[in-house]
Amino acid sequence: MRPWVRLLPVAPAVVLLLVFLAGPVLWAFQASLTNASLTGRNARSPVWVGLENYGRLLSDPVLPLSLALTVLFVGGSAVLGQNLLGLAIALLMTRARRSVSAAVGTAVVAAWVLPEIVAAFAAYAYFSRDGTLNQLLGGIGLGRPDWLYSFPMVAIMLANVWRGTAFSMLVYRAALNDVPSEVTEAAVMDGAGGWQRLAFITLPMIRGSIATNLMLITLQTLAVFTLIWVMTAGGPSNASTTLPVLAYQEAFKFGDIGYGTAVASVLILIGVVFGAAYVRLLRDPRP
Amino acid sequence: MTTARTSVPARRQPVGPPSRAQQRARTFADLALVLIGACFLLPLLWLVLASLDARAGHQTALPREVSLDNFAAVMTPGLLFRPLWNSMVLSAGTAAVNLVAAVLAAYPLSRYQSRFNRPFLYTILFATCLPITAIMVPVYGMFVQLELLDSVPATILFMATTTLPMAIWMMKNFMDAVPVSLEEAAWVDGASAMSALRTIVLPLMRQGLGVVFIFVFIQAWGNFFVPFVLLLSEARQPAAVSIFSFFGQHGAVAYGQLAAFSILYSVPVLALYVILAKGASGSFALSGAVKG
Repeated sequence: MRPWVRLLPVAPAVVLLLVFLAGPVLWAFQASLTNASLTGRNARSPVWVGLENYGRLLSDPVLPLSLALTVLFVGGSAVLGQNLLGLAIALLMTRARRSVSAAVGTAVVAAWVLPEIVAAFAAYAYFSRDGTLNQLLGGIGLGRPDWLYSFPMVAIMLANVWRGTAFSMLVYRAALNDVPSEVTEAAVMDGAGGWQRLAFITLPMIRGSIATNLMLITLQTLAVFTLIWVMTAGGPSNASTTLPVLAYQEAFKFGDIGYGTAVASVLILIGVVFGAAYVRLLRDPRP
Repeated sequence: MTTARTSVPARRQPVGPPSRAQQRARTFADLALVLIGACFLLPLLWLVLASLDARAGHQTALPREVSLDNFAAVMTPGLLFRPLWNSMVLSAGTAAVNLVAAVLAAYPLSRYQSRFNRPFLYTILFATCLPITAIMVPVYGMFVQLELLDSVPATILFMATTTLPMAIWMMKNFMDAVPVSLEEAAWVDGASAMSALRTIVLPLMRQGLGVVFIFVFIQAWGNFFVPFVLLLSEARQPAAVSIFSFFGQHGAVAYGQLAAFSILYSVPVLALYVILAKGASGSFALSGAVKG
């Protein structure tokens, strides 16, 4: 059989991926060069405007803010929050009683398995003015700030840590489990303390998992929309408008598809950079 | 693909009774974990308590009187059953499309050596990295031009495409685990590749098919953004979107009903996740399957 006949069964998957994934991405770059809009004349026959949308993007004061908020959100809640907390939980689990590990593991995973919108509602109620967090803080006399209004980024970052840490925890539990106990036992014999073992043996041995995990949670967090949309809708006055929220608002709230896709194109480009890095990372597993 | 396992085999415990230092370390670890676990459970507490409280707000409080009124109030065809049915159609459709396309694609990738294999697998791996939220605006634009807006089949095909790369990787891994030698006998007897796939390979990877189906189903069931953008008429919207109407759109928020609806809507995926975790802990690790 000729090679292309053998590869024929791949065709349905390829067609789907081309039409519904590659298509929209190409369409995005094309539409970002037009003044396409949701309604009116420009919806029927969009006009080519060249780089006008990108020019607007560069002079739009919301874009630097939104880019900075996206970096803060991803860096704070994924790279630091989810990653370190997930690693800490996985390390603690190697020491703790198995029943405790199992119960706590279930609690952490529960926030992650719940449908996104339900998790978002729970987080909204938790951080709202008279929600659980303020009940606790008020109970110990620490005041009751309006988190979603005064500190929207803090609230959505904590919510994202709550929602997403399970993934890092699962990755690190699997990785730690593959560290042969002979190696750590030998280090104990040589008199290495807990922190020394962690820094010089455990972390170097799981560095492949650390890199993979960082890459994946970065990409996942970059795309978070529902959580932010339900909790703050990007507000108050853009104070929590990350790039996905901005793209949505421009395209659907203000009906400017052309400008919205320009924002989306920036986000896609960031994803492309991370995606390429991720593929490289997996091709040469020893970085 | 990265391996993240949902289950972890038993740790090797050191022989002999633990020393005092070890015991102290263990107690410290236990306490720290319990504290972390409590923090993770707290936001969920509201969901459970509010669903049982007919006069719930955002406060977490023990209900004055426990009642199932909220559940009774949302259990109507218009509020609960039609959206859940829509979710069911969307999720099952998405999972079915994934299963068929992924099995077909995985077979040549798993069975034949070809110089296209590696580039293809890396390309679709790369595709999994594209932020779907960024693609939604262009997808909407495309759906408008093709007049596919508010079409359930088109939405299913798009949702299936977003999970397809992951499904192909999982499927290929499961298929690689079925030895080729079993099919060779069938080929000698004159069976075609497709009939060998149907009669020999698929029955042997039943469990893998189940894992992929459930995995995709869970993702589709929880998907809010895609149907929120692509399905406009209320009659077609899944529970993930219709739940939004409890929330502020019609004036006062019915928190108790929102919580009750959330729980009823979450139960199917929680049950499926338990099945998935059990199935995965048995014969294989869920390679590359764990994606938030």
